[in-house]
Amino acid sequence: MPEIRVTPLGAGQDVGRSCILVSIAGKNVMLDCGMHMGFNDDRRFPDFSYITQNGRLTDFLDCVIISHFHLDHCGALPYFSEMVGYDGPIYMTHPTQAICPILLEDYRKIAVDKKGEANFFTSQMIKDCMKKVVAVHLHQTVQVDDELEIKAYYAGHVLGAAMFQIKVGSESVVYTGDYNMTPDRHLGAAWIDKCRPNLLITESTYATTIRDSKRCRERDFLKKVHETVERGGKVLIPVFALGRAQELCILLETFWERMNLKVPIYFSTGLTEKANHYYKLFIPWTNQKIRKTFVQRNMFEFKHIKAFDRAFADNPGPMVRPAAGPASTSTPVGLLSSAGVVFATPGMLHAGQSLQIFRKWAGNEKNMVIMPGYCVQGTVGHKILSGQRKLEMEGRQVLEVKMQVEYMSFSAHADAKGIMQLVGQAEPESVLLVHGEAKKMEFLKQKIEQELRVNCYMPANGETVTLPTSPSIPVGISLGLLKREMAQGLLPEAKKPRLLHGTLIMKDSNFRLVSSEQALKELGLAEHQLRFTCRVHLHDTRKEQETALRVYSHLKSVLKDHCVQHLPDGSVTVESVLLQAAAPSEDPGTKVLLVSWTYQDEELGSFLTSLLKKGLPQAPS
Amino acid sequence: MKLYCLSGHPTLPCNVLKFKSTTIMLDCGLDMTSTLNFLPLPLVQSPRLSNLPGWSLKDGNAFLDKELKECSGHVFVDSVPEFCLPETELIDLSTVDVILISNYHCMMALPYITEHTGFTGTVYATEPTVQIGRLLMEELVNFIERVPKAQSASLWKNKDIQRLLPSPLKDAVEVSTWRRCYTMQEVNSALSKIQLVGYSQKIELFGAVQVTPLSSGYALGSSNWIIQSHYEKVSYVSGSSLLTTHPQPMDQASLKNSDVLVLTGLTQIPTANPDGMVGEFCSNLALTVRNGGNVLVPCYPSGVIYDLLECLYQYIDSAGLSSVPLYFISPVANSSLEFSQIFAEWLCHNKQSKVYLPEPPFPHAELIQTNKLKHYPSIHGDFSNDFRQPCVVFTGHPSLRFGDVVHFMELWGKSSLNTVIFTEPDFSYLEALAPYQPLAMKCIYCPIDTRLNFIQVSKLLKEVQPLHVVCPEQYTQPPPAQSHRMDLMIDCQPPAMSYRRAEVLALPFKRRYEKIEIMPEPPPRPAQPTSGKKRKRVSDDVPDCKVLKPLLSGSIPVEQFVQTLEKHGFSDIKVEDTAKGHIVLLQEAETLIQIEEDSTHIICDNDEMLRVRLRDLVLKFLQKF
Repeated sequence: MPEIRVTPLGAGQDVGRSCILVSIAGKNVMLDCGMHMGFNDDRRFPDFSYITQNGRLTDFLDCVIISHFHLDHCGALPYFSEMVGYDGPIYMTHPTQAICPILLEDYRKIAVDKKGEANFFTSQMIKDCMKKVVAVHLHQTVQVDDELEIKAYYAGHVLGAAMFQIKVGSESVVYTGDYNMTPDRHLGAAWIDKCRPNLLITESTYATTIRDSKRCRERDFLKKVHETVERGGKVLIPVFALGRAQELCILLETFWERMNLKVPIYFSTGLTEKANHYYKLFIPWTNQKIRKTFVQRNMFEFKHIKAFDRAFADNPGPMVRPAAGPASTSTPVGLLSSAGVVFATPGMLHAGQSLQIFRKWAGNEKNMVIMPGYCVQGTVGHKILSGQRKLEMEGRQVLEVKMQVEYMSFSAHADAKGIMQLVGQAEPESVLLVHGEAKKMEFLKQKIEQELRVNCYMPANGETVTLPTSPSIPVGISLGLLKREMAQGLLPEAKKPRLLHGTLIMKDSNFRLVSSEQALKELGLAEHQLRFTCRVHLHDTRKEQETALRVYSHLKSVLKDHCVQHLPDGSVTVESVLLQAAAPSEDPGTKVLLVSWTYQDEELGSFLTSLLKKGLPQAPS
Repeated sequence: MKLYCLSGHPTLPCNVLKFKSTTIMLDCGLDMTSTLNFLPLPLVQSPRLSNLPGWSLKDGNAFLDKELKECSGHVFVDSVPEFCLPETELIDLSTVDVILISNYHCMMALPYITEHTGFTGTVYATEPTVQIGRLLMEELVNFIERVPKAQSASLWKNKDIQRLLPSPLKDAVEVSTWRRCYTMQEVNSALSKIQLVGYSQKIELFGAVQVTPLSSGYALGSSNWIIQSHYEKVSYVSGSSLLTTHPQPMDQASLKNSDVLVLTGLTQIPTANPDGMVGEFCSNLALTVRNGGNVLVPCYPSGVIYDLLECLYQYIDSAGLSSVPLYFISPVANSSLEFSQIFAEWLCHNKQSKVYLPEPPFPHAELIQTNKLKHYPSIHGDFSNDFRQPCVVFTGHPSLRFGDVVHFMELWGKSSLNTVIFTEPDFSYLEALAPYQPLAMKCIYCPIDTRLNFIQVSKLLKEVQPLHVVCPEQYTQPPPAQSHRMDLMIDCQPPAMSYRRAEVLALPFKRRYEKIEIMPEPPPRPAQPTSGKKRKRVSDDVPDCKVLKPLLSGSIPVEQFVQTLEKHGFSDIKVEDTAKGHIVLLQEAETLIQIEEDSTHIICDNDEMLRVRLRDLVLKFLQKF
């Protein structure tokens, strides 16, 4: 029995380290190759030894697909391809291909330069890894080989994020990666057609949340930022350089413009400018509104947001800044000098600049940190969000967090409603949940099974789900045979099975259904005719001609739908069955009738003989 | 399967393909050469144009002098310019299911088709095609609407009057179907019917046909199309290029194994080498500017202009021309320059990798940044303040009948210092210049047409090997002006089938197979209606002769057959040889079996049990089909 097998190496009942193995119709595909932000040891990368202990990965995997540039989806890629060793194709969209190496390099720098890790992948490895990438367009059908094809759909979430359909023959799996079902300030909503896959593998980060409207969340966010800067506090917003950052920048930029605020907004890394450039050049991947207006005003050219000023971070609380520019009329001068907003990377406060700034500002209750996205377990972000206020830092230092901690769900994941919506759009036979917490998955699994009546699975890492499939077998039917079928008055009805007789010729994976005659001809074989002739004894004293006539009228009355003929030579035919009077027998009261038919008319022939055996009806006298 | 040919213009095609119960329009080209018969529309009142003498018949009859004006021996219609539409009567266009667009030049008739024929289908095109196509239409509408002309001439179109007119008016075809330009509202409505597609995307039409756009290498987002069912394949090749300019390279491999390849949109200037033309363009430009003259380049707002700007970007510094301003004047100049930078995914590899840095793919971004290239929506407004001479002006329309180019022709035409350089191949430059004669300005003709030439075509056809080629009749004979050049025509085996406007071709298809799916298990037989009350009648048992029995093949080895009979309890078996085979006699059962090479005949009493037993034994030796 053919089957689809799915094994998560990462992201099984967990968020982070996304890596899912799919076997479909003999093809093996690896979906994403991420790292885990919550670990610093071996566990941060998926365990690729699961795929093979000693063989080369290239021999086992037909392709690797990366859904988007977030490190928990692509962070292990150079390790996988260059250090473990994989030379097959890696598919991703153009924006992902452009941005992914930059984030990988960033990640490498933090790990090697800041944390001093040895045995990490090098810059050269990132470059070599990217050489194996094949960029795909949205909706393009990419033929990985003769049988395996993949197709990307728009996923929202971040620039270039895509969902992928993996298809072999009539069997298919859709992997959503991370997606967003509501358009935001810079990206559109995910969309997929009714492709009816055997299996939909979906993320479930917000499996239990039904989020209120985006507008409310935006208003809340702006209010909190505004209040804090008004009272002279500093706002830290840890973000990843690309993605949420751009959306929040657009949000603050428009708000600052509307309110005529002069409080500075900084963006921490040197990446800003560059990151925004990518957005400008990949405008077709943004939402409808930005695409429509970009000629007049490119939304990614920010006026209020400046490159980061280190002196600003070094002051833990209200501070005096060197007298700068003309003071705003709407904000008191004293407050202006200390207030401000900083976007800093990375987003989960697990390393880098955002963590540095956090440590400097945490002690002042006037300040605020806003976590705009999900934080993985083990990160500082996760700790403070779960209410921890005393953090143990390296060197046994304890950091007391006095600043306000706010969580605003801005990360562009589909919520429960959105996930249900996507399942409804694609109409899969089964659903498999990844990229979420077990408890929440459990809830969503029930919801999906009850409301949508499809099977739902949620394997843990290393656990395999097996789904039996019934692939269809497409064959070419010769027009001759098809026409013969239609001539029998039965028009073929789409999607409804019917029985027909023909010969299947299989030649180099090419299946053809032809009529038996054509098959014999193509194979150079002669037909062997099998014919039966039975002697039927009839009790009838009349002359032979009359007997024949009686037989004729009897058959004619019984076989109304058949062609019964009385031929001039005295014989009777029913279709192609021939009935003839035999040479006169010795007994004048008995007539012998020869009934002759071919194997192909067997049913009719045997019916006729048994019918005649019962004798002829009494003739009306 | 039929092909309805609605356009006679080989590079602005419009064909309708009827394929497996779908009706597919291939491109929607608008023949704008008709506008050459009209007087230019000047932006600023032109005394010269308005004072042209009216035309009168040889006998002095001047009843047409309001409609027709004479300029240097040529006669022009003084009216709003009109375009030659594709044929609308040959086929009911409301039955068209889909329209496939191959590039932005081949969609200019779209509003006429989608808005005025009852069309209710879907149009498919790539995103760059739609965006740039919109710009071309916007520019066209703008050019024509901003100079309202009260006069609309129609008298001359009368068949009896047209006969009396001088060439080329006398020979103009289908003048009664010529139409004025559409409105922006119609453009928007037409474009809203387009569904965006990407290269290699498989689009299912009614489950019967699959269409797929392929990169054609000619322009941003330009495509060829594959139209196929499971067993038939039509390739539609339109405007393709093998040169490395800015677009993604042409996908040739996917065109293989076509039953029919429809070939349109070859180069219009087969004798000119585009690279050489670009060189000539640069050197003539430099020569003029050095002598203090201005250069006018009539052009479309997108396409070759990107390549020309890139050439100039590299050329002007080395030629010491970096201080000469380049002006690009078009209502859509800004949009065109901006759009060109955001379609990285549709560009050639070189340009794509720039975006990964991230840098804009086209160097005209730098020309703009350094103020070397300036763009304006029209000559009015800012331009008049910034305007410095000598300069280079890129502006439309290449027909020289409308747009800002008319103004520059009037302005610079009188001085021999200035040069007009024709780079667009769509219009004959002599005809374009006719209403401006006499002209002192220098005229240089450097047509840059990157589409396939005949050498490339024959190489392509050898490579992809279609069973049949269909093309416009112009491609099956040398160009009229070079009738000895037998190399300037399509040469393939079997010879290409040619079409002309308003013709219907039956495509040579041999359909032999259709796709079905088979199931591993036979479907359950429909349940017999169990009649409780009704008495069973004899006729209820009559077998259904529609159930087919397999054919048999093979032959029966007599000795083994006899052994088998014995094994199954038959005794007293006698075998007789005949001329063609054997007769096996079962004397006890009064049965006779005739066995020949390819037939077997069982003759027995009416004993069904016996017959079936014998049958099964015979079948053991035969194969079923």
